[in-house]
Amino acid sequence: MKTENQKAWFFVLPVLILVAFNALVPLMTVVNYSVQETFGNNQFFWEGLGWFEQILRSERFHASLGRQFFFTFMILIIEVPLGIAIALAMPRRGFWVPVCLVLMALPMLIPWNVVGSMWNIFTLPRIGLLGYFLNDVLGIHYDMTQQPVAAWITIIVMDVWHWTSLVVLLCYAGLVSIPDAYYQAAKIDGASNWKVFRYIQLPKMKTVLTIAILLRFMDSFNIYTEPFVLTGGGPGNSTTLLSIDLVKIALGQFDLGPAAAMSLIYFAITLFVSWLFYTLMTKDDQE
Amino acid sequence: MAKITLSKLRHSYVPDPQPDDYALKEIDHVWDDGGAYALLGPSGCGKSTLLNIISGLLQPSEGRILFDETDVTDLPPAKRNIAQVFQFPVIYDTMSVYDNLAFPLRNRGRPEDVVKARVTAIAEMLEVTSMLKTRAAHLTPDNKQKISMGRGLVREDVNVVMFDEPLTVIDPHLKWKLRSKLKELHQRVRATMIYVTHDQTEALTFADQVVVMDLGVIVQIGTPVDLFERPAHTFVGHFIGSPGMNVLPAELRDGGAFFVGRPVPLEGRIVKTGTLAQIGVRPEYVSLADQGLEAVVTKVADLGRHILVETRAGDTKVAAIIQGDAPAKGETVHLDFRRDQTRLYLDGWLATEAETRE
Repeated sequence: MKTENQKAWFFVLPVLILVAFNALVPLMTVVNYSVQETFGNNQFFWEGLGWFEQILRSERFHASLGRQFFFTFMILIIEVPLGIAIALAMPRRGFWVPVCLVLMALPMLIPWNVVGSMWNIFTLPRIGLLGYFLNDVLGIHYDMTQQPVAAWITIIVMDVWHWTSLVVLLCYAGLVSIPDAYYQAAKIDGASNWKVFRYIQLPKMKTVLTIAILLRFMDSFNIYTEPFVLTGGGPGNSTTLLSIDLVKIALGQFDLGPAAAMSLIYFAITLFVSWLFYTLMTKDDQE
Repeated sequence: MAKITLSKLRHSYVPDPQPDDYALKEIDHVWDDGGAYALLGPSGCGKSTLLNIISGLLQPSEGRILFDETDVTDLPPAKRNIAQVFQFPVIYDTMSVYDNLAFPLRNRGRPEDVVKARVTAIAEMLEVTSMLKTRAAHLTPDNKQKISMGRGLVREDVNVVMFDEPLTVIDPHLKWKLRSKLKELHQRVRATMIYVTHDQTEALTFADQVVVMDLGVIVQIGTPVDLFERPAHTFVGHFIGSPGMNVLPAELRDGGAFFVGRPVPLEGRIVKTGTLAQIGVRPEYVSLADQGLEAVVTKVADLGRHILVETRAGDTKVAAIIQGDAPAKGETVHLDFRRDQTRLYLDGWLATEAETRE
């Protein structure tokens, strides 16, 4: 006989309240703003889906969304292979393991605005070490306050420096969990290094790699502090990513309605891409 | 296929070893071509070390390994043409069962039609033909282990197939099935097989010759019957059999052995000298008698076909396996040791000689 006990739900209640206050309520507030217009004085007028239409048709939005996708694509395509390569090169046992792990974790421990300031100063011509070296020693004109390309290179390199470690550490965790017997069996089977990677290491890393890519996608897609401190979205609008644009509209221009509509669209895109990626990556296992 | 010779093999996991640091303390042994061997011993006795040295995963500190007459000590595993099945099934998750079985052949550049013929034959032998197209990740543990074995057997040129406790993760009711499968496979492919285990049932059922190891040395090599009937060392007596052999402290006097002050007739003459004397007799050969050694019954367990009686004689526990009526707990009984199965061990090693019956 099956007894049904619904008391367990009471234990979930505190979490529900917590989630309600830190996610649902703010989100609903944003939904509320996104369908209204205000001229201050706490007076609101119904606007319907007008803001959404406006945002989706706005060229400014298309441009920053494009930049956002470009940024995320670039850092993923660099950080993932690089992270795997570093994880493969790290020692599996012995004295150097903790040393490598600490060195790897260091960049991630630095606050985001500090990372932005560091790279800002580092690459400034004349003042920064890298800037001085490139401009005055090598004679390459490199100034991210004037050149969009330099600005882009700097924010991508900065993100790679800051976050490749995450991919490395997750992949490394996947690698060390592979029992020695797998490598021994592969040796006996006469497998080449490439086959060991392709058929043993990569499949075993798949789960952690999925998580790593998902985290890197979400973080980089929502990135704000570092590029804001580093370039402020400039020169011009060349590095104005979606989040920077959003803050400009919401706080700079105080257009609550469009900003709210934009946030929701932004949120929907992040959610959709994450869902799509996760479903595609895990579909294989369920077959 | 080949005869495998181990010559003066020693191995230590630490550099600059002292005599006690050796995980293997000098092994000299020849594995005959086509034999079914079991390597039996408790955890940490060096059996896996020995196995890994034969397969080439480990370089011995000292000594040589010969396959037939070729020295392979310095060859890597892939060049030795050996196969090894590990404790946990090793399969390539992303490949199908067919590709798993074909993997060792494809790595060696065999043409695809040869691969197909071999894989089909092996799959049939292992009864996995119906699974060839499924992804290996979805198999049950026993089928995964079958695939691991299959990858070893698929190559036609293997010198030796080694099993490192292959049934550890298999459900008990499937264990005997796989075990008999293995035995059958050995009869069909006739490759030398070495089966490492700490489970005596597995060793005794699989092997023609059982090699018992303890503390890095080979203690005894023999058929399952030899090991049971004439253990060469108290360790073997203890380790094989359930319960193990009774090992009783003895006193040597006037050329005879005494246990709690009574003379104990032995199977034959004492041919060695030593300091620590022990009498060894299996519970199967201890019976209850009307007179003789006095002992108090401490525990009686009915095992179905026979009764296990644990007694205490002096300060020593003596187990007996008897038929018929069981004595009550606390009762005083008399024990009788069957003479031709009662032996003397000096410093652990067998010191009596069986009398030749003429």
